[in-house]
Amino acid sequence: MTINETQDELISEFEMFGDWMEKYEYIIQLGKEVPVIEEAYRREENLIRGCQAKVWLHAELADGLVKFTADSDALITKGLVSMVVKVLSGHPAARIAEADLYFIDRIGLKEHLSATRSNGLVSMVRQMKFYAMAFASEQTLPKS
Amino acid sequence: MQSTAGTAIRSLDVERIRMDFPILQTQVNGFPLVYLDNGATSQKPRSVLQTLERYYTTINSNVHRGVHHLSQEATDAYEAARRTVAHFIHAAGPQEIIFTRGTTEGINLVASSLGRSRLSPKDTVLITAMEHHSNIVPWQMICEETGARLKIIPILDRGDLDLEAARRVLEEKPGILAITQVSNTLGTINPVKQIIAWAHQAGALVLVDAAQSIQHLHPDVQDLDCDFLAFSGHKVFGPTGIGVLYGKEKFLDAMPPWQGGGDMIRTVTFDKTTYNDLPYKFEAGTPHIAGAIGLGAALDYLQGLDPASVLACEGQLLAYATGKLSRIPGLRIYGTAPQKASVISFNIGKLHPYDVGVILDQAGIAVRTGHHCTQPLMDFYGIPGTVRASMAFYNNFNDVDRLCQGVEKAISMLN
Repeated sequence: MTINETQDELISEFEMFGDWMEKYEYIIQLGKEVPVIEEAYRREENLIRGCQAKVWLHAELADGLVKFTADSDALITKGLVSMVVKVLSGHPAARIAEADLYFIDRIGLKEHLSATRSNGLVSMVRQMKFYAMAFASEQTLPKS
Repeated sequence: MQSTAGTAIRSLDVERIRMDFPILQTQVNGFPLVYLDNGATSQKPRSVLQTLERYYTTINSNVHRGVHHLSQEATDAYEAARRTVAHFIHAAGPQEIIFTRGTTEGINLVASSLGRSRLSPKDTVLITAMEHHSNIVPWQMICEETGARLKIIPILDRGDLDLEAARRVLEEKPGILAITQVSNTLGTINPVKQIIAWAHQAGALVLVDAAQSIQHLHPDVQDLDCDFLAFSGHKVFGPTGIGVLYGKEKFLDAMPPWQGGGDMIRTVTFDKTTYNDLPYKFEAGTPHIAGAIGLGAALDYLQGLDPASVLACEGQLLAYATGKLSRIPGLRIYGTAPQKASVISFNIGKLHPYDVGVILDQAGIAVRTGHHCTQPLMDFYGIPGTVRASMAFYNNFNDVDRLCQGVEKAISMLN
């Protein structure tokens, strides 16, 4: 699935929810699932400092694809983080670097991307793009 | 309209008062707003909003140097606001009232100006373990610059000051003591009058951070005998961007100016500049004229309410909320000092305060979550943050009921 196909799938999943509680219960459920990051990467240098919730992010390149894993100490942030990881992980670095993450806005969670939220999500997305750009510049890119 | 519970609060007609604050009628996420973030900023009564509009529509002009009519009107209103502030905190006169941007700027002014002239490597600056970062960092900076040492009065587990320890460190004769009157995170009311007396015996000058106390306790600077006191307008129902630094005239007079510019000078030549009298010496540049006048209107509004009733109303809200929240299984309140302002910080089991705050927001309830700019205090309790509900006299029992329902909802969703 492409980045946008995953985003569209998430959008149609969220369209089924009747109210904010169902939506957040789903996000919280995602947040409760097993850590999306390996314990070894849950360390200081992978920490993205949000104001309130901690977010850890690890990126690696395997077979030309970038694999992200991430985690947070807050359930809602972790749920949001795992959605972003689901959308961006496993794609070529160049695709990630140029990706337009429209799904967060479309599923009605835009406020989580605002600066005042300070939940680390904005910084995490920025960091993911930086990783992708760094990997992309290392790779011999096929003509695009 | 809200339930009749609010009217049960004796001797203050809360439902009528709520009508004075237009924002309290708004809806958030489809629910009537429950505003419990008064420690961060307070809402504004209509009279303040009207004053701001009237200022900009009828007398907007720059103060002090204009010969024309509007400038004189604006100057009169600005100086009347200064007198209102002086009267409100019982300063000896308006020359002791310096308009600033807020509490933070007032503390920075004193730390820089007084600190530079008073502190040397053999001196100590004393603060407490419950200070807001704004009453920590300016002192750290001036200590770094002058070589003075920063010492901390510790707190006890329930969130009040260790007064025995305070007396011991005061024996070391610190040059300056900077202390908050009310903890923004815990709500603790510190016995500042007593501590100021001790500090003066030890030869220290005392700055009181009144950011949180100004809206609850209406501090009287002559009764406290503090040397400096700083607060923000927006926390006392006035506009943002305006604050007050009070200082005893003899100390302000002796202190060198902090920022240079217009209004703070008497004469300027390239060889030598002489400075203006108090309070203008410390008000460089065009001040926040509308803000000062708006703050005056806010204090006028507050003076129209009976202070004892306001305090009693907030006390009832605190007792009601403390009792009701305490009955929620797993909920722990941080800050259980016997003397508290209407502020409650809490956590529920292992739930992250951020998650709780997001759920409460979805239910139209505004609280603050996080470390509340008191990271050393969070370290003391070994937690990343708390959920903080801070109440004003316009809150009612219904607001507390909605908070408790929201907390129960958060618990059921997050567990």
